[in-house]
Formats: sequence, C-alpha cells, structure tokens
Amino acid sequence: MAKSSVTLETPPELQRPALVDHERSIHWVTENVSNIVESTTPKWWFLTICITSPIALMGLICIIYQISNGVGVWGENHPNGWAWDITNFVFWIGIGHAGTLISAVLFLTRQKWRTSINRAAEAMTLFAVVCAGIFPAIHVGRVWYAWFLAPIPNTNAIWPNFRSPLLWDVFAVSTYFSVSVLFWFVGLIPDLATLRDRAKSRLPQIIYGILALGWRGGNRQWRHYEMAYLLLAGLSTPLVLSVHSIVSFDFATSIMPGWHTTIFPPYFVAGAIFGGFAMVLTIMLPASRLFPQINDMITRNHVDKMAKIILLTGSIVGYAYLMELFVAWYGANKFESFTFFTARANFDGKGWYQWSYWIMMFCNVISPQIFWFKKMRTNYIVVFIVCQFVNVGMWFERFTIIVTSLAQDFLPSSWGRYSPSTTEILTFVGTFGIFLTLFLLFMRFLPMIAISEVKGVTPEADPHHHPKH
Amino acid sequence: MSESRKVYGLGAEFESAAALMAAAEKIRDTGFSHWDVHTPFPIHGMDKAMGLGKSKLSAFVFVGGFLGFLTGISLVSIPSLFIYPMIVHGKPYTWATLPAFFPIIFELTVLFSAFTAVGAMFAMNSLPRLHHPVFNWDRFKRFTDDGFLMVIEARDIKFSESRTKALLEEIGARNVTLIHD
Repeated sequence: MAKSSVTLETPPELQRPALVDHERSIHWVTENVSNIVESTTPKWWFLTICITSPIALMGLICIIYQISNGVGVWGENHPNGWAWDITNFVFWIGIGHAGTLISAVLFLTRQKWRTSINRAAEAMTLFAVVCAGIFPAIHVGRVWYAWFLAPIPNTNAIWPNFRSPLLWDVFAVSTYFSVSVLFWFVGLIPDLATLRDRAKSRLPQIIYGILALGWRGGNRQWRHYEMAYLLLAGLSTPLVLSVHSIVSFDFATSIMPGWHTTIFPPYFVAGAIFGGFAMVLTIMLPASRLFPQINDMITRNHVDKMAKIILLTGSIVGYAYLMELFVAWYGANKFESFTFFTARANFDGKGWYQWSYWIMMFCNVISPQIFWFKKMRTNYIVVFIVCQFVNVGMWFERFTIIVTSLAQDFLPSSWGRYSPSTTEILTFVGTFGIFLTLFLLFMRFLPMIAISEVKGVTPEADPHHHPKH
Repeated sequence: MSESRKVYGLGAEFESAAALMAAAEKIRDTGFSHWDVHTPFPIHGMDKAMGLGKSKLSAFVFVGGFLGFLTGISLVSIPSLFIYPMIVHGKPYTWATLPAFFPIIFELTVLFSAFTAVGAMFAMNSLPRLHHPVFNWDRFKRFTDDGFLMVIEARDIKFSESRTKALLEEIGARNVTLIHD
C-alpha cells in the first residue's frame, strides 16, 4: 500500500520513546480513561472529599465574615495595604499558568507528550483562577461596589481609569478565565461524546449527551474543530504571557523600591510556569498512584519532561533574583539597595523578613537543581518533595515581594510590621479546600485524560501505520 | 427498521486509520460529494484524502478579533479622551499615552477572537445538534471508541444502494449497513 518504494527508517538512537507504554490499543485508552468515571466511586474519594469540602466551607465562611465586617478582620494595615490577599492572588493565578502553557504553548510547539496531562492541567487552571479571583474581589472591602470596575455609564458619570494596571488586571483575568473555559470545553467535546456513547443508564446518557452537543466525529467536523483548537492555542499563548505580565504591572508601574523594575513581566511569567508545573505534578503524581491504569499514559517520560521544565524555569527565576540584586547594587539607588540588601536579604541585621527571602531562595533556586540528575527526575518521591518546596517557595516569593517592600519602604517613621490574622490564614487554607474539592469533582465526573488526543498520538493513529503480522 | 422509512445513507466500517484513509482516497476519486468519515480522533492527512481544503474558520476569527480590537480602542479612548478625561500621575490624557491603553485593547481582541473561534466552529459544524440520522446506525457508537467509519449519504448523485454497497465492500469495508432517517 505504501506509495513510495523507498522507506526511510529512523535510526534506533533517534527514535522517540512511545508516548503510551506497553503498546496499548486505542480501545484500551477508551476503556481505561472512561473507567475512572464509570466505575463505582472509590472509598478514598469519599474520604478525601469529606476532608476537603469542610475546608472549602471554612474558607467560604471566612469570606462571608470578611465581607460582613470589612477588611479590618485581616492583618492588613498601614503601611501594609497589601499582604496575604495579593500574595494569594498572585500565587493562585500563577499556578493557573501551567495549564495554559501545557495546553497552548506545547500544542503550538507540537510537543505531543502534552496530550495525557493537558486536560487535568487545564482543569487545574480553571480552579486555580477561581481561587485567585476571590482575593482581589474581596480585598476591595465593599465588594458590592466592585461593579465600579466595569466600564459602564453610571449616574455619577464616573468612568474607570483605563490606564490603571488594576483595571488591566480585571480585563486580563476575566479574559483569561473565559478563554480557558472555552479551550477546556472545546477539548472536552469528543471525550464527552465517548462517555455519552458508553453510558449505560439514562441520566448520564442525557447529561453527557447534552454536553457533547451531538458530536459525530466526522472529518468535516474535525477539520473545523482542529482549526478552532489551533486558533485557541494561538490566542491563549500571548494571552497567558499577557496575564502574568499585567499582574506584574500591578507592582512594576508603582514607585515602591523592589517593585519598580522592568524585569518583572518575564520574571513573573517564568515564576508562574515554574509554580504551575509544580502544582500539576503535586496533583498528577498522587492521581497516577490512585488510578494505576493511567501510568501507561502519564509515564516516567512525562514526569521527566515536566521536571526539566521546572529546572529550566526555576533557573530563570534564580537568574532574575540575582539580577535584581545586581541591579540594586549597580543602580546605586539607596532605597532600592536597602530593600534588597537589608529588608530582604538582611546582610546588615536590620531587615525584618529575611526568613521569607531565604525560604524563597532555597525552595525556588536551590531545590530544583537536583533535577539535573535523570535519576532524580524519574523518582516520583523526589519529584513530589521538590514540587512541595516549589509550591512553598513560590508563595514566599510573592510574600517577599509584597511585604518587604511595603513594611520597610522610604521613611523609617512610616515603617510597620505585618502579621496575618486568623481569618486571613483560614481564608487561604480554605482556597486549598475549594481547589481540591473542585478537582476531585472533576476527576469523578469528567475524563481526566484527553481520550481522543491520546489516541491521536498512538502508533495506530498514524495513517501510514500497518500492524506487523 | 421499517422499510418505509427514508434511507439516509450507507454506513461502513474499516479496520484501521490507514485502511480508512486509503478508502477515502478511492471514494474521493470516484466523485462522491456527500460523504464523511467518522473517527475517534482527527486523522492527519484525511482532509487531503477527502479532497477538502483548508477550513475557512480563520477568516471569521480575524473578523471577530478585529471587532474586538475596535471595541477595545473605543472603550478605552472614548471615556478617557472625551467623556471623562482624567489626569493620572500628572500624565496627559491624549493619544500620547496610548501604550497605557494597550493591555485592555489586547485583552478584548483575544476575548472576541476566542468567542468567535468557538462560535464559528459550532456554526460550521452545526453544533449543538443532538439528533442526527447517523445515530440510528447501531454500530455508529464505535466511532468514539476505536471504530473507523464511513457514511455515504443517499442524497449524493452517485449513490445507489446496491452499487455503492458493492464499491464499499470492494475497498475493504465491513458491516456495510443501510442507515434510515
């Protein structure tokens, strides 16, 4: 059947490892991914959601308490107008970025290994953005005036300031969430059709049937579908870069020492990808243990590649930290060098928050260096531990940036220490509950691996593939 | 299956993506126009094998994105320059501050393009359409698992129940079945 008489064989040393281990068939992929949704709910799932949902509820109660009493229930006060709230916002929004990076940037660069992790990573993006959105919304104090941010003619004839990074944030984050939802849903359509066609009882048939929109998988549909997917990937790529750049503008366009730098946008984007990949692995490694069948799709090869990205972005972040120190010295601005050498690094013993700076340095710059070794990159326990360091480190990075700059800024007479209140701590813990509860629900009711995409990267999917007899 | 119902077309199954692709090339060369292949995933090169060109979706997205761009420009400039000029940080409120308007213009361009991409994809694929005659074929469900199917519609000029069936069987199809409306 082969058209050309010459067959080019790839030499063995250049052959890429198969993306699905054990030469699984297409049917095996359908069976084993759908199985997660179709089989009876495992006990650990009930157990975990029994822990995460009360935590989520506690977070919601804290939010209601804060809204009804005002921002005074938090530890923020002059001069620390921002602290945990914006730290948590930037932390969560950063985590979201890995999902879009995996689904869009790796799609455009034709990194086929993305197929088995992109669905879960995109879901993680959405849930992280939900958690992120809470903080800026409630930190304004009187949330019922949040509509002032919307550019609509009102009776006061007042318009928002379109040149403010805070308003850019509103547009960037809401666009990011909307586009991520679209991207995720478009990717889900063929898999929802799989669940629809496999459903045995009436209710799932109806629900998945409606959600699948009557997908027929005809090539006349696929060609528009693929074009839409490609365009969404192409749109999401600059979008994801813009979102964290705009988040960094919140700081960079101000005149605070330690914030007013041009390095912020690329440094924040690299940090977001870094923290996001750590969170993807934090979730996927336990998931691959709980659902052993997905180990043939999310292989050691995948974990190895993700660890490499963590190493790369971690090193970019490390470079940015060092460059900040260099510029603080070379720029010869007293306030700038005070922020970096005293308030953060505390070389002269007068800084207040050196612990957060050095936790950040250790977790983000030193700990991922272990990933230079392949043995470490493929050891799930090591990878999991390093990812926890990265999660902690990335939270401390934002804390360091925000609090050290505000607490010890220009005049010592206007300095002020900051410590969080209980409500503030519980709100942050609560967002983990919200995030994990949403993720558990996603795992249970939707295919957590993109079935049709994984099938598309199996050797069988290649139209020139002929099974050896 | 009552015989009085109108025939929608013929459904056929193929063994693999490769077999389906070879069959599609033959059907294309025979000159059929109302037919489609239904597969679990998009097959690389199938557009060419079916004689289909590039999707026109990108043209719609360009228009959508351009509308978003215009919306963004009007949204930021009309209030800031005319209705409610505001001096911020002592900077003027003229076009000289254009770079400060870029983020919102950019975000709206992306937002409009993305919604147009999905909306146009739904419209071009006639989604949502929960019922379709192909679902009457009992083996059709296999396309979401590991089936490589082909459906030739009865409205095609070249369609004939017996001859098309023979043609499909000749090019390697299995389970060739009549699909009713």
